[in-house]
Amino acid sequence: MVEETIAEKMAKDMKEVSVAEFFEKNRHLLGYENSTKALLTVVKEAVDNSLDATTEAGILPEIKISVKPTNADRYKILAEDNGPGVVESKIPFAFGKFLYGSKFHRLRQSRGVQGLGIHGAILYSQLTTGKPVKITSSIGKDVHSLELMINVTKNEPTIVSQTRQKNPGKWHGVKIEMEIEGKFIERAQSVPEYLRQTAIANPYARIIFDGPNGKTEFERAVKELPRQPKEIKPHPYGVELGLMRRMLADTRAKTVLGFLTSEFSRVGRRSAEQICRLAKLELNKKPQQMTHEESERLHKAMQLVKLIAPPTDCLSPLGENLLVEGLKKETGAEYVVAVTRPPSVYRGNPFVVEVGLAYGGNIPSEQTSQLLRFANKVPLLYHQADCAITEAVIDTDFRRYGLSQSQGQLPVGPLTILVHFASVWVPFTSEGKQAIANYPEIIKDTKLALQDAGRKLASYVRQQNKMRERQMRRDLFEKYIPELAESLEKLTDKQKQKIIEELEKIIKKGGLVGKTEDGSQEKS
Amino acid sequence: MEKQKTEVKKNLKQVGDKVLKDIESGSNPTLDVPIRALSNVKFDEQSKMLVMGEATARRYFFNIAHVRKFVQTIEAAALAKELIDVNKHLSLREAFYRMKRTLPDSNINLVDEQTESNDAIEDLELISSSSREQLHINANKMGSVAGKVVIEDKGDTVDWSKLGSGGWAIPSNVEDIIFKKVNAKFIIYMEKAAEWERLHEDKVWEKLSCIIMSSQGQATRGVRRLLQRLNQEFKLPVYILVDGDPWGVYIYSVIKYGSISLAHISERLALPDAKLLGLTADDVINYDLKKHLIKFEEVDKKRLEQVKNYDWFKDNKEWQRQFKLWKELNGKVELAALSSKGITFISDTYIPNKIKHKEWLD
Repeated sequence: MVEETIAEKMAKDMKEVSVAEFFEKNRHLLGYENSTKALLTVVKEAVDNSLDATTEAGILPEIKISVKPTNADRYKILAEDNGPGVVESKIPFAFGKFLYGSKFHRLRQSRGVQGLGIHGAILYSQLTTGKPVKITSSIGKDVHSLELMINVTKNEPTIVSQTRQKNPGKWHGVKIEMEIEGKFIERAQSVPEYLRQTAIANPYARIIFDGPNGKTEFERAVKELPRQPKEIKPHPYGVELGLMRRMLADTRAKTVLGFLTSEFSRVGRRSAEQICRLAKLELNKKPQQMTHEESERLHKAMQLVKLIAPPTDCLSPLGENLLVEGLKKETGAEYVVAVTRPPSVYRGNPFVVEVGLAYGGNIPSEQTSQLLRFANKVPLLYHQADCAITEAVIDTDFRRYGLSQSQGQLPVGPLTILVHFASVWVPFTSEGKQAIANYPEIIKDTKLALQDAGRKLASYVRQQNKMRERQMRRDLFEKYIPELAESLEKLTDKQKQKIIEELEKIIKKGGLVGKTEDGSQEKS
Repeated sequence: MEKQKTEVKKNLKQVGDKVLKDIESGSNPTLDVPIRALSNVKFDEQSKMLVMGEATARRYFFNIAHVRKFVQTIEAAALAKELIDVNKHLSLREAFYRMKRTLPDSNINLVDEQTESNDAIEDLELISSSSREQLHINANKMGSVAGKVVIEDKGDTVDWSKLGSGGWAIPSNVEDIIFKKVNAKFIIYMEKAAEWERLHEDKVWEKLSCIIMSSQGQATRGVRRLLQRLNQEFKLPVYILVDGDPWGVYIYSVIKYGSISLAHISERLALPDAKLLGLTADDVINYDLKKHLIKFEEVDKKRLEQVKNYDWFKDNKEWQRQFKLWKELNGKVELAALSSKGITFISDTYIPNKIKHKEWLD
């Protein structure tokens, strides 16, 4: 008998690891490391999907979320939207297979991209409760309900049961029901806070939340959807070698010249010729026949040629009006300013930074200001300290705008800072999608936006500070008035009450209080 | 005395009436307070004392920086009026507690520390043209006196020669004391109680027919006023004994010319003809005290320079010679060092010799 070599032995043990299996073992990567965060992640994935689906279809979103305890540490989650729905035959794959989706291969601003989100939620439900997930959907015709489980080893959906109902009301949309292990909390990094922030960044959405402690409705602040982002082709500066090689293999173009002009944005005939010349490639070389070395030269040359920045109609910023409306409604602030920066580019990816500053009103003063971070209109609740947005805020000197701030800290005062980062590709620091990587271009543009907004806010803050100071001064005088009156009564026998009244009259007359702010005057 | 009382009461009422007039006319109430600082004090060549300048600061009630002091001063006036009305006296400490209270609905105290009430009372002295004693507020008593003197104080007759080892404790208010009999040729005032006790034990006041007086450190107002009264009413020369250092010279200077913070009442306290009997720089040499020199520290040297440049010393040749000598000696000598010459050396030899040979500084 021939003895098996170690390599042969090992080869026998090698097998494909399904993505679903991988995530079953690494659920923290998807945001399921603890039961509080897991509950939030499930809701977040459902809401993100619903907002993307509705706005892409041009429908004003109406999203219902219900979170109800079934027993200790178990919750039933129900998420429903009024989106276009999913075609019956696609339901099992859309919800039951990892990395299956329509959004990964295109460059356009959207909330979810990778086809991991809702599948992760379903998998988490299955892992913690062993129960199937119920998906109900209609595209306006019949209503289909499916109970699904995911076959973890095969990365494939298994249909447990399936029903079909008439749909006289022509309802369309998606409804997901699942039971999960989780923990519900109320304050920061909670489901209600996530929904509140979502309402701020998506003021055209109506969100109804039915939680363990009752119903909350986030009404629309506006009734119009923002401009739909367009899809763009990748810009040469933002393409990695590996991706370019895949594009070379997949392209329908017959020549390198054609490949460059048709598969990339901002590459015209002249730029393409220039790239080929730099890469020492013939213009009519077949893309599929390029050697590794040649493609490497091509990639290098692409980075060296001067090109116009990518088009920016692929972005859909909220705009200053929506920002102001959203912040006003949800923070109860007295004064709100917003700035939308012109688009900018990091590594060939266009992006837009928007900043909203809400001041005064119901926002608590004497506290560190609240920072609301958004990436493509999705609130980021975790990993604030690791985020490029936080770094930019801390780096901005808010004392210039009448607020107090210690070195390396967020400003203090009745202030809510909103920063929205919109891009075709958000450079998250991890799969949990909670912090933006600190590219210098992103930090710089965020700081510029914060400074613009800060200047807009400054005159209001200073006026408020002055008024507050005046009030404080008045309060102080009010405290000393009875003392002075009492002493004067003893000295002059004039009635204390009369003196108080006359002093109050002087205060009401105002003016005087301001006139003598400066120190003592000497006279000789 | 009664007449003086009504005068003080009138002054206090005027302060109140002035503020009231501002209030009634609807304007921001003000108080004009003479400035008590070096910038507003000058040495008057004619009277040979520190006198206050004309500069005043206007204090407003409706001014964040002034309101507190404003109310404190008026409160001090109300307190003084009350004291005069009931004919009682309070110490500065007691006055502080009497003024201290928390404003309603706040955590603000009208006065937090005694320095605040002390300041308010000193300001009141200026704006009401009345001394603290006249306002029935007293400093702590600190000082002893002995001698062949009989006085009447609040109806009691006191003989300063029959009060045992402690002598008579000098009260802070000596205005109402009546001198019945004064049998003395001069007064010796000393910086330290220890030397007073030495002289008292040695019965110097009897042997030299003088009055011996002391307080601890800076002479208090009561002591200074008592010195002045005896000096003016009985023409008694005043000789001063202090440690041989710039600090001692300053104690002498305050008794003689007055101080910056009390410049407004210099004429009631100063003793322009007081003499410094010792210790002088010459004494260190003449009495062989060099071995007891304590080396000057930085602060001592600095103080020496300051004192040297005071208006009333800087053109005085004799004093400048003294300061030069001290600088060369580069150290100070305590009065107590004289005991190295013998237990009663200071009483039997040093003082009689110095006075006999007029070895003093003026």
